[in-house]
Amino acid sequence: MTHHNLYFTKTHEWVLPQEGVVGISNYAQGRLGDIVYIELTAKGKDVKKGDVIAVIESVKTTSDIYAPCDGKVVDLNPEVVSNPALINQDPEGSGWIIKMEIKDFSSEGLMKKEEYEEYIKTISE
Amino acid sequence: MKNPFVCLSEKDISDILSFLNLKKIEDLFSHIPENLKISENIDLKTYSEQQTFEIIENISNKNILPEPSKTFIGGGAYNHYVPAVIDHLVERSEFLTSYTPYQPEVSQGTLQAIFEFQTLICQLTGMETSNASLYDGATALVEAVFMATRIYPERKEIWVAETLNPEYRDVLKTYLQNFDYKLKTVPKTKEGIFDLKWMEKNISKDVLCFAFGYPNYFGIIEPVKEALKILEKEKVISISSTSEVLSLGILKSPGELGVEICCGEAQSLGIPLTFGGPYLGFLSTKETHLRKMPGRIVGETEDKEGKRGYVLTISTREQHIRREKATSNICTNQSLCALRACIFMSLLGKDGFRELALINAKRSYGLYNLIKKYAVFDKPFFNEFLIKVKDPKKLNKKGFYFGPPVENYFPDLKNSYLVAVTELNKKESIEEFAASLEEL
Repeated sequence: MTHHNLYFTKTHEWVLPQEGVVGISNYAQGRLGDIVYIELTAKGKDVKKGDVIAVIESVKTTSDIYAPCDGKVVDLNPEVVSNPALINQDPEGSGWIIKMEIKDFSSEGLMKKEEYEEYIKTISE
Repeated sequence: MKNPFVCLSEKDISDILSFLNLKKIEDLFSHIPENLKISENIDLKTYSEQQTFEIIENISNKNILPEPSKTFIGGGAYNHYVPAVIDHLVERSEFLTSYTPYQPEVSQGTLQAIFEFQTLICQLTGMETSNASLYDGATALVEAVFMATRIYPERKEIWVAETLNPEYRDVLKTYLQNFDYKLKTVPKTKEGIFDLKWMEKNISKDVLCFAFGYPNYFGIIEPVKEALKILEKEKVISISSTSEVLSLGILKSPGELGVEICCGEAQSLGIPLTFGGPYLGFLSTKETHLRKMPGRIVGETEDKEGKRGYVLTISTREQHIRREKATSNICTNQSLCALRACIFMSLLGKDGFRELALINAKRSYGLYNLIKKYAVFDKPFFNEFLIKVKDPKKLNKKGFYFGPPVENYFPDLKNSYLVAVTELNKKESIEEFAASLEEL
């Protein structure tokens, strides 16, 4: 998995269209703190971009994960189910969270890594 | 309407009203039925403290104080003996001031008491996890149903047995009135239990849960196993609601039966009747549903020196963190009542609890056998059953009280009253009550 192929959302998910995997950004995991639990809420469902597909729980809070694009939610990454800390350790790599079957991928409204880095600078100020 | 205790200027008021698109302050209360509003001014007289005391005392003297042994009232609140040690312990200042722990980890004693309460509720209900308590049996049912809606967000139909405490059903109806769920009542049979055939016929993938009384409102033990078999087909969540929690001392626990969410009222455990409250709701479930559960949960852990300690846990479900997506708006618990129940259960122990439940059941069957011909149903029960009599007031004159009448909720059950028997009803009173019924 190479970082320059990731597309980011404003809600801090990323998607790797070629492999149909979704995760959360390094920035997001840092803000959440230690992640302890993930739950897929839309398993097997056809979802639209922006629908809630999973819930992620950290020691501080519980947040929703939104679909970065249209498609079908397949499953969770078994590695992070048994070891949620992997999301903290390698959020934009082996700590990917959800497998999706993406339908007609479009990069509209999504950001490449560099753009996203600029974006988080604007929100963290 | 001008109120001397509201410090808003005329301008404040008109600004707020225009923002809300309302004309007058009274419009804020338009949802309250007119017949419940007081139209004229309340004529408040001024009295001295002593005069006030006399007036109130005169009113309170009108209360009837029945002999505990001659009271057979059931229907959701039960007359049980409250051991003196409970009042003594809960009135200790460390406990008496305890509300829900807002700065929790400082109050290790309070947290430990809640943790013990949760453990005992789990053991009693055969479940794996319990919260720190809820307001009462009715709100516990509501929270249990809402848990089920979180487990099946796509399903829309909620089943509730007609035989479940009708007051609880009313509260549930109120909570659900602004939601998009279909609330369906599973009818009762002539035998006073929920209708399995109706369930068999109507089960579908849209049903999210089925809630029933265990025992039911008529005191009867429902055919839970048969119901669970039907629910299993569509993986419908089963919810048991227990108003007389003492029954679990001898009944098979809901967990053992395979029920998934267990809720109810624990007033019987050392909490006096006190005109209907404060009482104690409980809610327990399997660990798989832990994150769908509302309310506070206390967990046991170790501090950095390896010593045992208690914390509020899984709080990320709760309102102060999850805001509008919290599992409930309940951010409190009934600490003091839960403490009473906790002391009660610890005092009796496993064997004592079972023994007390047996005494209740034995005495109830004692009365039942004496007045069998008045009984409406002929099904196994715990400590409560329904009888049909014409003129209960005549018995009141002899000092006997029973009920409530169930006709208001069940028009087909005219002149029918619940009769509950507890350890406070002595053998002589039971015999005298039966004899008085004969004389009617």
